[in-house]
Amino acid sequence: MSRLTVPKTYKLYIGGKFPRTESGRSLAIENQKGETVAHICHGSRKDFREAVESANKAFGAWSGVTGYLRGQIMYRMAEMLEGRREEFVAAIMVTSNVTVSAARKEVDASVDRLVRFAGWTDKHQQIIGCANAVAGDYYNFTVPQPQGVVVALSPKTPPLLGLVTCIAAPLCSGNTVVAIGSDSHPIPTAILGEVCQTSDVPAGVINILTGYQKDIIEHVATHRQVAAVYASDLSKKDRVILEEGGSESMKRLHFVSVDEETWYDNSAMASPWEVEPFVEHKTIWHPSAC
Amino acid sequence: MTTQEQHDPVGWEYSPAPEQIKVHIEPKNKLFINGAFVSPKSRSWFSTINPSNEQKLADIACAGKADVNNAVLAAKKALPKWSKMCGSVRAKYLYRIARRIQERARELAILETMDGGKPIKESRDVDIPLAAQHFFYYAGWADKLEYAFPGRSISPVGVCAQIIPWNFPLLMAAWKLAPALACGNTCILKPAETTSLTALRLAEIIQEVGLPEGVVNIVTGAGDTGKILAEHKTVNKVAFTGSTEVGKLLMRSTAGSGKKLTLELGGKSANIIFADAAIDQAVEGIISGIYFNQGHVCCAGSRLFVEESIVSEVIQKLKHRLQSLRVGDPLDKNTDLGAINSKAQLKTVQQYIRTGVDEGAEFHEVHQDRLPSKGYWCNPCFFTEVQPSHTIAREEIFGPVLSVMTFRTPQEALTRANNSPYGLAAGIWTDKGSKIFEMAKQIDAGVVWCNTYNKFDAASPFGGFKESGFGREGGMQGLRPYIRLQNTSGRMK
Repeated sequence: MSRLTVPKTYKLYIGGKFPRTESGRSLAIENQKGETVAHICHGSRKDFREAVESANKAFGAWSGVTGYLRGQIMYRMAEMLEGRREEFVAAIMVTSNVTVSAARKEVDASVDRLVRFAGWTDKHQQIIGCANAVAGDYYNFTVPQPQGVVVALSPKTPPLLGLVTCIAAPLCSGNTVVAIGSDSHPIPTAILGEVCQTSDVPAGVINILTGYQKDIIEHVATHRQVAAVYASDLSKKDRVILEEGGSESMKRLHFVSVDEETWYDNSAMASPWEVEPFVEHKTIWHPSAC
Repeated sequence: MTTQEQHDPVGWEYSPAPEQIKVHIEPKNKLFINGAFVSPKSRSWFSTINPSNEQKLADIACAGKADVNNAVLAAKKALPKWSKMCGSVRAKYLYRIARRIQERARELAILETMDGGKPIKESRDVDIPLAAQHFFYYAGWADKLEYAFPGRSISPVGVCAQIIPWNFPLLMAAWKLAPALACGNTCILKPAETTSLTALRLAEIIQEVGLPEGVVNIVTGAGDTGKILAEHKTVNKVAFTGSTEVGKLLMRSTAGSGKKLTLELGGKSANIIFADAAIDQAVEGIISGIYFNQGHVCCAGSRLFVEESIVSEVIQKLKHRLQSLRVGDPLDKNTDLGAINSKAQLKTVQQYIRTGVDEGAEFHEVHQDRLPSKGYWCNPCFFTEVQPSHTIAREEIFGPVLSVMTFRTPQEALTRANNSPYGLAAGIWTDKGSKIFEMAKQIDAGVVWCNTYNKFDAASPFGGFKESGFGREGGMQGLRPYIRLQNTSGRMK
């Protein structure tokens, strides 16, 4: 008789803890053969609000640390993900009809993506910020600063690489993130929190929810503590929800719609122009003559 | 509670020094569409007046749906050629515009002052020179855009609808048009209904320099015209400067359209004076922060935070300085504060002043007796005993009304300054370098003036955090709203 397995219910990642959803709801995850292999939390509006609360609390400290330190922590995430490579390969393959080599390619690209953004933490300022030669005796420079809490609505596929990218881009300039992962391939999303938790990422800096993006999107649109949204593969209807609801607090909305291959392209998805949508340019004047 | 300040005779009496040049104004000002001045198909006209004497200056065409449609189609038609034109050629057109603005500066300054009410010394020394500088600055970018966006290839956004306010009419036209044109877009500009004249004079300049037909179109009218323009299907981008209320409406009405949007909206900017600041300079900064352009400035330093230990000294100096501010004929070269732009705006400002008094703040103003009998006037004034919950401490007044509050520690100053849905600008006054940079870093504002206030430059990005809008105008960052970035494989983002 074969061994009876121990299937688990994957939990949410909020404020550096792994709570179950307050709603008590869960969703069954079926493998390719249609067998139920696990359950994930079906995150609720209240879970989302708690996650935003945590992210908001964590913003002051995370935005205040040096780029060098943020870079080291993000590099540590890459190290931890690399160490759990096979677990993530398996996680992708539970629900995705992909080969082992394709799943490995995605995990490897995700590790490399974290390394890539870890390197931008103390450099994007020098590419997208600048000193301005005003016509007068003033020092004048423009520096990018983070916006606050960014909600990442990552694409259906590639589930891990998409999620890692949507988190890392806002994270590297000092934003904190509430990520809501792929609806259809949730297991990589559900275990990425464990990587964050073991990588010196301060509590609340990254929060990860599973469930359905459509359940949460109206609350994302109208939550006043959400400064910006990085969303992929949204329907027109969902864009309208975000733009209309987001108008009240003037959310910064960054929508992308790219094919799967493009997610692997660093020049397309991990350049300073992916960091820039999540910064505010601050221009500082000071007299240079007395 | 209202206190009437004693009129302390500062003893500075000036003889009138009015600007003498007479500027010709057409009695009927048409729309500028596809390179020609055309009568409105709407057959509708409205009058523009001089707010300092309430006399009618001219009739202005009111663009209706058909007019806006023609302007958008003209811009659409002009787009392929203009966007593909060699950048260095586009640059030369913009340089020509800059030169003609400089050459016609006096005429433009007088017209700006007559139509909008701002003092001639401001339109002459600030508005018009900066408008010229904006064209000159962005002209130089037109053939260098690839250096502003390393690693990406670029293309223009397309047809741009640009809606501007009445506080800096020609300057706002320049802020909108110059970067858009440099990046290869074509434009439809809608000036505010009370201040159309200089934009139409700019249309003349555009004709003079031979800018290809349809590249810039100017449609005059009120909010309805703007709404038709912003919602037109062929428009790819909407750039708006104005109130936060209208900005939010625009974000809603363009939702799902795929139009790019930039919004420069309201503000309630904090001007923070520390005890270790150079007080006399700081007082000058307060004055230029709130009374520049009658306070019709989105980044006006309308919330003054003074460190508690120096508050009485600052207020005494502020009162003294207020006495030497000259309110009156905007065309007089010695005038510091001109007329309020419109009757409606005057009512708004007066309502806020009444609310301030009603809610318990203490009102201070000087020389009430000096205002001309005709026109829209408001004395420069300020409130003390202001609580953070007071309406005058929270809402944008857009007039020469200052709310004075105090603080004890830098942390308190920061918390109170950031306690606003707005985040456009801020001022910080201290002689201590580390304090200035700590404050500058922590404050939620797109522009931070340290030991200065209300300085503007074409090379310096301007724009807000939070509900003050998004996108930047000026500087390299000011190109971004008018560019689409493509990665090396040419995928549109």
